[in-house]
Formats: sequence, structure tokens, C-alpha cells
Amino acid sequence: MSQELFDAMRQSIIDGEPELAAELAQKALDQGLDPLDAINQGFVPGVNYVGEQFAAGEMFLPELVVAGEAMKAAVAILEPEFARRGTTREILGRVVIGTIEGDIHEIGKTLVATMLSASGFEVHDLGVDVPIMKFVEKAREVNADIVGISALLTTTMVRQKDVIEALDDSGLRPQVKVMVGGAPVTQGWAAEIGADGYSEDAVGSVAVAKKLAGKA
Amino acid sequence: MSGKIKSVTNPRLSLNMFSAEDIKRLHTATLDVIESVGVRFPSKRAQEIWAAHGARVDAQTGIVRAPGHLIEAALKKAPPAYTLAARNPAQDLPLDGNHTWVGTDGCGVEIMDLQTGERRRSKLQDVEEIARVADHLEEVAFHWVPLSAQDKPAHTRGLHELAAVWRNSTKHVQTESIYSVPEALAAVEMAAAVAGGREALRKRPLLSLMQCTAPPLAHDGGSIDAALIGAEAGLSVGFMTMAACLTTGPSTLAGNLVVGNAEVISGTALIQLAYPGAPVFYAAAQTASDLRSGAYTGGGPEDFLFGAAGNILADFYNIPISMGSFATGAKEPNWQAGIENSLSTFMASIVLSDMLLGVGFLHGSRIWSYEQMLMDCEIFEIVRRTLAGIEVSDETLALDVIKAVGPGGNFLTQKHTRAHMREIFVPHFMDRRPYNVWEEKRDGPRDWAREKARNILATHQPEPLDPAVSAELSRIISAADGA
Repeated sequence: MSQELFDAMRQSIIDGEPELAAELAQKALDQGLDPLDAINQGFVPGVNYVGEQFAAGEMFLPELVVAGEAMKAAVAILEPEFARRGTTREILGRVVIGTIEGDIHEIGKTLVATMLSASGFEVHDLGVDVPIMKFVEKAREVNADIVGISALLTTTMVRQKDVIEALDDSGLRPQVKVMVGGAPVTQGWAAEIGADGYSEDAVGSVAVAKKLAGKA
Repeated sequence: MSGKIKSVTNPRLSLNMFSAEDIKRLHTATLDVIESVGVRFPSKRAQEIWAAHGARVDAQTGIVRAPGHLIEAALKKAPPAYTLAARNPAQDLPLDGNHTWVGTDGCGVEIMDLQTGERRRSKLQDVEEIARVADHLEEVAFHWVPLSAQDKPAHTRGLHELAAVWRNSTKHVQTESIYSVPEALAAVEMAAAVAGGREALRKRPLLSLMQCTAPPLAHDGGSIDAALIGAEAGLSVGFMTMAACLTTGPSTLAGNLVVGNAEVISGTALIQLAYPGAPVFYAAAQTASDLRSGAYTGGGPEDFLFGAAGNILADFYNIPISMGSFATGAKEPNWQAGIENSLSTFMASIVLSDMLLGVGFLHGSRIWSYEQMLMDCEIFEIVRRTLAGIEVSDETLALDVIKAVGPGGNFLTQKHTRAHMREIFVPHFMDRRPYNVWEEKRDGPRDWAREKARNILATHQPEPLDPAVSAELSRIISAADGA
């Protein structure tokens, strides 16, 4: 009975069907299933399958993204039940992410947010054109493990450093690790401004985040 | 030394890519998108202009929905041909639909240092030196700002870069690095100083502005405002879409063209609504994102097709184009770089794209390489000669010579041979030496290209900028730095 549901859950992730995944999550709650089982036995195997297929070159980025979206939709339905039961979903860490002030480039940041969320991080996406102090405030509010700062312009990239300094000033460092990314950002720049992690693309950001969260 | 500039002109080869019906469908679909979905213009000034002309403006989202007839009427006001002026008038570039000119690419963040060979962050001195080498090269017709002057403050960096190019070259400058109101105002002031006043600048616009769109279907507010300031001063302005299949555009190439086209022609129409008849250009560097990483690829068959498609659309709207070619994704000058840059440049040139961007980059326009720059120039020369095609005339059929030599002879001693032999391509960066010579030296094109770049840097002295003008540029930048 449950196995059938778990299989459908797994498939909804592989097929990248957020609505179906949400529906199945609701069904699990209606049947009184433990939300943890729904996640670990239903949805996560789907995420793992997609990850493996991607690594093998059989699936591609769009499939990875929709799988992430489906996972997010399922978790959103199950989340309140965790709260009700007084349990928590095991997460790899809390991430606050956004594109820096003065920069409206969204897609790279959103891809990273989706990847991290699908991999088991709790992601708080602040959107684009995010003021420096907003990163700090949100990090404090959600007790973030990682702050991710995206920039596409060489002129806005310099503000990644300002966020790091603001985190320093607010006393949140070093318990908050900082990841930076965006087309003009390099490993050298990341090192110079004292960022803890850098990845050139979204797929690579997962491994970096896991390492920073001590979950590699 | 500097002066002559090479271009593709009067090609005998041509490309048949779209039917008239195809182009019409691309255009109609684009108008549909602009009218029904809209394009975001996060600029108060732009929204006011649109609203004054009857477009629907959503003040909350900044999304502008403009009827097709408004776009079409605006685009008709754009001049089909004009000339990009240079400090040296002999280097002026007519954008007349019968020339393909090449610029330096931009705007990267790192450079393979010419002396040490190490990769490092870019600085103002690099902008100066690249401009100097580009000033010397006959294949380079104009400049983009190649690298970001990361040792200068972010809010005036674009101005430092502009001054650096003008101080080191007499050729036209098209900047892609001015995208805020204060910088645009100062850039116009600087251009006027170089040209000899505002009116002189209007007559001889030796600066043009290229603004990137923010795909899908959006513009950057600072870019739009900067473009309006440029157009007001008589500078030609263009909007470049980099909408990419999979990520910022649909997977299919036609759909991606529609997204990019909607961005470009809506921005262009805005300029015409504000300043009817202002010189504008189309600009595009579309590609397919990498299926695995989502990253910019800088090559591949999609890139090559987009390379030609852009100009076909620009021709349909009867405006010049600044087209992304070269810009390989390769990490070093190698097999991949050769293929990507040759085919993209061939495809963009065969349709006579007016301006090509550009020579010199590795890793998808991020890392400058002088070696790649020199080899890109050679690629352009090969493309240029290929597109010239085969002339068939009495002189080129050479019947008299063939009859004189007859069976079994050779043509080496014929006057006709000597008269025409210099029409045959002599490579600078291809290894045609005997095998044993190579085996002994084990050097190659990259070494020769590096050597040539070093040599140009050591010897080429560009025509200096009038010291009074140079001082004025410094004054304008200082004022902006302090602001």
C-alpha cells in the first residue's frame, strides 16, 4: 500500500511534476503516514535517481531543475506536519541566497537555490538587487549556516566583499560561511575577499555547500 | 604605421538561411510577445516615454506592452546606414551593409599575462596595452573595452577604461561598460572633449554605446538610461541580447530568437521614440546553454546559426548589427578555439554583419589572451579571403599562361604568377614547415603569436592624444571619482 505511494512519489520527482508531487505528499498526510517516511522513502529516492542519471550523462540540467521543483513542492506540503508533530526534517543546513544590490541578474542564483534546496538544504532566496544588510538580517533571523551572494557585473561583484565585511561586523562570522558566484567571479576573487566557497556553476555549488556545512 | 583597416566587403559567397516567410513569422511572433507579454523596462524615464506614446505600462512591475504598429513605426525612423567615427578619420567605419569590421571582445576579468604566462586579475594597464596592440593590427577596426580595470573604483571604472583606450588608439571605441547615468553623462563629456565639443561629437561620434539586455524579456534600468543619454548626444547605441537556449530562452532556436529579438527591438524602438532618427544598431550574442551546467558555451552549431540569424533580422529592420562571434569557450588557444572562432566568424561574416565582437578571449569572454587575439585576427583574415570567393575573368582564367606553359611545364617563372601570387594567403600562425624543423624546435603558432604581441607592445607607438585633451579626460574622471 505505502510502497505503491512511495513509488509514485519517486516517479513524480523523476518526471519533474511539482503538482503531482504535492498531491502525493497530501495523500500521505491524509493516510496518516509519517512525513519523514514520505520524504526518505518516497521523494528522496527520486532525487537520488535523477542525481545519478545526471552524473552518468543520461539526464540534463532542465530535468535536474524540475526534479528540484517537485521536491520543493512536496516538502512545502509536508513541512507543517513536522511542526505539528514537533519533529523536524533533517536538513543539511540553512542557506540565505540572493543577487547583490545593483544587480538584477537572477538565473544563476535561482539555479543554485534550486540545486541546494533539492539536495536537502533549507534555502531562503532573497531575490535580486538585495541590499547588503538584508543578507545579514536574514542570516541572523534564520540562523543561517551559509550565505550565498551572486553578481554578474564586475561593478557589483565588489559588493560581495561588503556583505562579508558586514557579516564580520555583525559578529555572525565565522559560524556563517559565505559562498560567492556569478560570471565574473573567480576562485582568486573569492579567496581575496575572504569567501569560504566558490563554484563556477550551479551543479558544482552543491558539493561546495555540503563541504561548508560539514556534510560532504 | 596605424591606418589601414581590413574588412569583409563585396563577398562572392552568400547564405540562404531563412525564407521570407520564416523571417515574417519571427517578426510577427516577436511583436506578439512585446504586445501580449511585454518587456520589462525598470527605468522611470523609459516608462514615461512608452506611456506618452500609448504603450501600456505597469508601474508596479515596469513591464511595457507596446502594440506592434508602434514598434514598427518607431523602427522605421532608424537610419539604415551611418559611419562610426574614429580619432583618425582615415579609420572611420561605414556601417553601410557592405562591410564586416572586427573589434576587440569585452569585458573580461582575467588575463593570461604576456610576460609570465600566468593567469591573473585584469587592471587598467591591461586595457591600455591591449588598446595599443589593437591600434596596430589591421584586422582590428574598433575597440570594445576588453578587460575590467579592477584596480579602479567600480563607479567610475568605465570612464578610466575609456580614457585608457583613447590614449592608446586612434580607432573607434564602442563601450559595453557604461551602464549608469553618472557614468554615461561623464562618458559623453569625455567623448566631446576628444571630438572637440558637443557639436563636433554629434558630427563625428567617435564613441558608441552597447548595452546588454537582461534576458528573458527585460532590460537593465541603468543600461536603458545610459543608452538614452548616449542617443541624446548623437552617439549610436545598441542593445545586445545574450538570450540562451534552455535558460534565458526556449530550447528551440527560433523561440530563442524571438525572445532576443523582442528585447533588442523594444529597446531600439524606445530610442527612436525618444530621439527619432538617432543612429542605433542591433546587437546579439545568442547561444545555447550547456545542457549539463547551464553555462554559457561560446560555441557549437547553435552559436554559429545565431551568428548569421542576428544580421538577417537586423537587415529586416534595416539597421546595422554588432554581432558576437569568436569568444570561444576553450580554456586555451587550441582545437576547440580554432573551430568555434572560425565557424562563428564565418557565419557572421557571410551575411555581412557590420561589427563582430571580437578577438582575444578564452573561456567564454572571461580570460584575455594575446595569443588568441593574434590567432583570431588570422581567423578573420582566412574568413575574409574565403568570402572574397573566386573571380572569373580573362585575367584570372589565365588562358594565355596555360597555353604558354603547356603540358608538363611549371608556372613558377610566369609573369602572371608573380603578378598574382600575393593574392595567395600566407599564414602567420600555421605550421607549414618541414617536419624535421618542427621536431627540432618544437615551437608553434602560440609561441609565434605571443612573440608578435610582445613585439607590437615593445615597438608600436600610437598617435598620442593631445595632452590638453588627455588632461581634460583626467579632470572629468576625477570629478566623477569624487562625486
